[in-house]
Amino acid sequence: MSNGRTKGLPGLSLAVMSWMIVILILIIPPILIFAEALHSGFVAAIQNLLMPDALMAIRLTLFITVIAVSINAICGTLSAWALSKYRFPGRALLISLIELPISVSPVVSGLIWLLLFGAQGWWGDFLIRHNITIAFAWPGILLATLFVTFPYVARTLLPLMEQQGRDTEEAAALLGAGFWHILLHITLPEARWALVSGILLTTARAMGEFGAVSVISGHIPGMTETMPLHIETLYNSYQSVAAFSMAALLAMMAMGTVGVRALLEARSHSTSGVVSDLT
Amino acid sequence: MGVLMLWLGLLVLLPLSALILRPWQDGTAAMLATLHDSRMFAALGTSFSCAALAALANIPAGLILAWTLARVDLPGRRIMDALIDLPFAIPTAVTGITLATLYGPNGWIGSLLAKIGIQVAFTPAGIVIALMFVGLPFIVRSIEPVLRELPLDLEEAAMLLGARNWQIALRVILPPLLPATVTGFGLAFARGIGEYGSVIFIAGNKPFFSEIAPLLIVVRLQEFNYPGATSIALLLLIASLICLIAVSFLRRHVSRGLIVGDTP
Repeated sequence: MSNGRTKGLPGLSLAVMSWMIVILILIIPPILIFAEALHSGFVAAIQNLLMPDALMAIRLTLFITVIAVSINAICGTLSAWALSKYRFPGRALLISLIELPISVSPVVSGLIWLLLFGAQGWWGDFLIRHNITIAFAWPGILLATLFVTFPYVARTLLPLMEQQGRDTEEAAALLGAGFWHILLHITLPEARWALVSGILLTTARAMGEFGAVSVISGHIPGMTETMPLHIETLYNSYQSVAAFSMAALLAMMAMGTVGVRALLEARSHSTSGVVSDLT
Repeated sequence: MGVLMLWLGLLVLLPLSALILRPWQDGTAAMLATLHDSRMFAALGTSFSCAALAALANIPAGLILAWTLARVDLPGRRIMDALIDLPFAIPTAVTGITLATLYGPNGWIGSLLAKIGIQVAFTPAGIVIALMFVGLPFIVRSIEPVLRELPLDLEEAAMLLGARNWQIALRVILPPLLPATVTGFGLAFARGIGEYGSVIFIAGNKPFFSEIAPLLIVVRLQEFNYPGATSIALLLLIASLICLIAVSFLRRHVSRGLIVGDTP
């Protein structure tokens, strides 16, 4: 009881219970991923990842992630800037609309694009007549990913940009700086950690998205399967080692991204976890 | 400003308006006909009850974890802090196959449970397990900041006045944590009713037994039954929106007079 922070309730027994919960619920599952992936040895795991369909899935996931993150990072930054520097009627509504995709079920996030571009969708006939494929092809996967990862950059930047105020920007404008110059040289450098943090969060979500992409991709191995979808195909055809090899790679990519973000955040002395940004 | 409207309009408003308008396109009667579907109500029932049960079961664990993180100064606290966010970092499909293997009849935990006659995989219990994994961080992260703000004086005063540990926990600490706990419950529940990837592998997906609503949307789409799929999607969307509006309403009230409000 010499430590001030453990006063009150018995700290030790609660800490022991906490570690038991953490081990049972949070530590065993990731251990299992790697144990199953390495079930037939490291070489077999790597060989599984080098199969043609697996390589295609990895390439498609990287391709979709890069495009989706770029679009949402640029548009998210500009939107956060507009929302934080100006006051106008309907501003609060716009902010809640930006956050809306977080609360939509992944499957619904995929379905809405089918309603527009699917064969029975609003513009399905038009697309078929002009030989444009969006649903069951990579453009559809991209749209679903864009929707799911839509809010993260804007919402991590928004509170920071609001704090900044407009003084420095107005000073720069008076000295003759243009819009892009102000944004790139004055506003963003101050908010760079928040921007990087939002981009990393977007990246992690984009790589791992399953439900939304699953609905619109059509599941064609080697063509429209991203890494999460390929994991499902392998698992359902009882290729457990191959499925877990891919799962281990994807988990490492996503956990690495989130881990880098946590390190950056610890450096910039902010205490909010991933969850406070996600809710 | 223009970029904002274009980006928001094309990527969010347009597809969501399709979801809201599409069910009425074939007439109100056709829309109402899609609601006469007992399999749909069974699936919605499974989703709602499993999400509620999982969020409820997470509350004791969440309280203990939040307490340890906020108050107990032990080595490894930072590691535990990072581990809490793990369910967010792992992609849902990976979570799905991992839990299905872990709790499956031959899995590390599943085989132990089988010995005492409990089957988790391919039953609603499996759905609850998956949703508990996904929802735990919501509960912990809702309670933890409030617990940090709670002054130690209250507990010390109660101790000096002769209260026992359980009395302090029940009468002094838990009441001010109630709003944050309800918030965490609401967030975990809202996430749970829409969850897909982490659930479908462990659920077994038997209609009228362990089929969740998001999966039934996928089934209806495979049957090319767009109106059926859209109705379920619309109901799910409305349910999660109601949850989140309730949570944000609660939060606004909680942020005022939290510490003085509930403790005499």
